[in-house]
Amino acid sequence: MNLHAANLAAGGVLLFAMALILARAFRGPTLYDRILAVNVLGTKAAILIALIGFLQKRPEFIDISLVYAIINFVSTIAILRLIEFRRLT
Amino acid sequence: MTWALDVTGVAALALGCFVALSGAVGILRFPDFYTRIHAAGKNDSLAQILFSIGLIAQTIHYPALGSGAAVRLVLVMMFIFITSPVATHAVTRAAWLDGVKPWRPHE
Repeated sequence: MNLHAANLAAGGVLLFAMALILARAFRGPTLYDRILAVNVLGTKAAILIALIGFLQKRPEFIDISLVYAIINFVSTIAILRLIEFRRLT
Repeated sequence: MTWALDVTGVAALALGCFVALSGAVGILRFPDFYTRIHAAGKNDSLAQILFSIGLIAQTIHYPALGSGAAVRLVLVMMFIFITSPVATHAVTRAAWLDGVKPWRPHE
């Protein structure tokens, strides 16, 4: 069972899915389409970071994946508060 | 035993790829914001769980870390499992309060 090839294929498919979602981030007629696309891109990027760590035989990248998942969530909530209240605090 | 774990991991990875791809195609092709967020929220949450299970099954090949890598992957998975639906709900609520209209098929 060639795990390296399986990881490579999964990473390629994930990158292709991210490209499709990026197309929605450019096209989306409303503002909320773009916020949605950026949120989903952040989640997929967090998974991609963990996958790249396994591809390079260094599973220490999982810590970076956790940090980016937290950053993504806080950023989405922050941008929604900015739009609703016109202030960040 | 390692072979069975490997097969499970690759199967979970393949299923996660399929779900992620179907979600991305749904985000691109659905006619309206609310339908797109259905595709985004559900498929994205399921895909990250399947990917994480596939990666956890691979951590057995790195015995130098003990169980640390698997525990951290479970942590990432639980965090995204809890916060991604919350963010989806927040975006949808903001769009509804801002007046984004649902799509109606034109006869």
